[in-house]
Amino acid sequence: MILQVEGLCKTYPGGVKALDGVTLDIRAGENLGLVGESGCGKTTLARVVMGLVAPDAGTVLLRGNPDRREFCRQVRMVFQDPFTSLDPRYSVREILKEALTLEPRMTTGEGLTRMRRVLDQVRMPRDILARYPHEFSGGERQRLAIARALMTEPSLLILDEAVSSLDVLVQKEIVLMLEELQQRLHMTYFFISHNLRVVRRLSRKIAVMTGGRIVEYGDRDAVFDRPAHPYTRTLIQAAFNYEVAP
Amino acid sequence: MSEMRLAWQRFVRDRVAFIALGVLGLLYALTLFADVIAPYTLRDESRLHTYCPPSALHVLAADGSFSGLYVRGVAMHYDEYRRRSYNETQDVYPVKFFARGEPYQLFGLVRMDRHLFSVDEPGRIYLLGADSRGRDIFSRILHGARVSLTIGILGVLISFGIGLLVGGIAGYFGGHVDNVLMRLCEMVMMVPGFYLLLALRAAVPDSLSSLQIYAAITIILSFIGWAGLARVIRGMCLSLKERDYVLAAWTMGLGDMEIIVRHILPHTISYSLAAVTLAVPGYILGESALSLIGLGIQDPYASWGNMLSEAMSIVRIQFAPWILWPAFFIGLAVMCFNLVGDAWRDAWDPLLKGRGDNA
Repeated sequence: MILQVEGLCKTYPGGVKALDGVTLDIRAGENLGLVGESGCGKTTLARVVMGLVAPDAGTVLLRGNPDRREFCRQVRMVFQDPFTSLDPRYSVREILKEALTLEPRMTTGEGLTRMRRVLDQVRMPRDILARYPHEFSGGERQRLAIARALMTEPSLLILDEAVSSLDVLVQKEIVLMLEELQQRLHMTYFFISHNLRVVRRLSRKIAVMTGGRIVEYGDRDAVFDRPAHPYTRTLIQAAFNYEVAP
Repeated sequence: MSEMRLAWQRFVRDRVAFIALGVLGLLYALTLFADVIAPYTLRDESRLHTYCPPSALHVLAADGSFSGLYVRGVAMHYDEYRRRSYNETQDVYPVKFFARGEPYQLFGLVRMDRHLFSVDEPGRIYLLGADSRGRDIFSRILHGARVSLTIGILGVLISFGIGLLVGGIAGYFGGHVDNVLMRLCEMVMMVPGFYLLLALRAAVPDSLSSLQIYAAITIILSFIGWAGLARVIRGMCLSLKERDYVLAAWTMGLGDMEIIVRHILPHTISYSLAAVTLAVPGYILGESALSLIGLGIQDPYASWGNMLSEAMSIVRIQFAPWILWPAFFIGLAVMCFNLVGDAWRDAWDPLLKGRGDNA
């Protein structure tokens, strides 16, 4: 069990209930796809898990451990918008180097080796270390964001709408790349999206969220073939435009 | 950094501001080499040349032939109402370039005695006239620029250091920290600047050396200046801290201060640069005001403000209008800083163009 989330509640000032008792488990190698409409609390859940937002109640444990440092080392997050997730003032080298903040000290050579390795992994050329984010396209930037996430060889990667803002072709490339990376690096994905096709492709387990609650949680095929909750049914209908058995 | 480069390109297009920047550059260059350029040192005075008018520069000898640059001696006269006036005598004092004169230490390190131009004693060269003790106003303006022009920059650096840090911390942490720091800012801003200046100056003992007074005034000036900037920076940080790269840095384990310094403050730098430039005149004027009323730099040391204290009597201005020269330089420096600051702010954010406030 990599991640255990139990009874998370979060109400934003103004009374918006973003999380209402969310409980989830993620096992090693079992990618979890989280789907739901905009505003249902998906992003808040990701942020609470990463420690960016303090929950009102509930616990988040990484292998039974709530320590932030461990989270920072083993869990990495890829954000939705690659145009804002890389600081425009720093070069690729500095951006990648920052990911090593909590790692034991390493020499420049070791750092470089690692940077080259992750650039290979995301299929970006190795000679871009001195360049700045604004020189890259959206798809390339998202690859850089993923490269940054891979720097510490995390065991869990949270992808918060990581392909949603990219065009369909780039989306496909990145999804294929993520599939390949998972096989090579033995990571687990916590994949958050409103795109059911992508989620179906990448996830073993599916959680469906609406109004801050997980309304359905189970194996991918079970959820897609026999959705138990009416909301899931509407969602699948809307996405694939076909009737599912009631 | 491309944001900076774009702003610079827009800035360069503003001719007036570019010229103003050039003028400032020149003023600072003159200040840096004041010892070499000034014909006289700070303490050089002449009882025989009280309020001597600017020396006339001659190039033609009495017979009309070309003779090189020279000045004539002057003789003091009193008329029946005891009004002083100066007449040129027939004595000729050629202007010498890089001749030996009073010794000084360049940059406080190198002992030198060469001056860019000078005349032999007992002749005196007064490009901009002399003051009540026969001291050369041109030399004193150059020496005084050291105080007047650097106090602005130094004060601004200190107060903006404080302002950036306080604003950054308040904006980033929010909540109680923000509340306490912002109330503190308001308290500082609430006190009228000039009276706070006077009160703080009163708290500093009188028996200080000129350098200590200089330092004390700088610190006093910076103490009033930081609050305004802190508030603006706080506002910027409130939105900057929600950027994804800040969140990303946090999830990678960077500390709070590291994030503020690496990912938040650098994004306020273009704005701060404009605000800094626009704030410098305030410091120059603050020092001038303090020195003018005798609380700042003390004689014999010069600052543009304390030189002006001689010009507080209308009668003196009437018979020796050249003692107002320091006011011209204060005005020039202040105007240039304002032009450059305005232009830089417009260049940095074209949307602000034409808005009058300096906030």
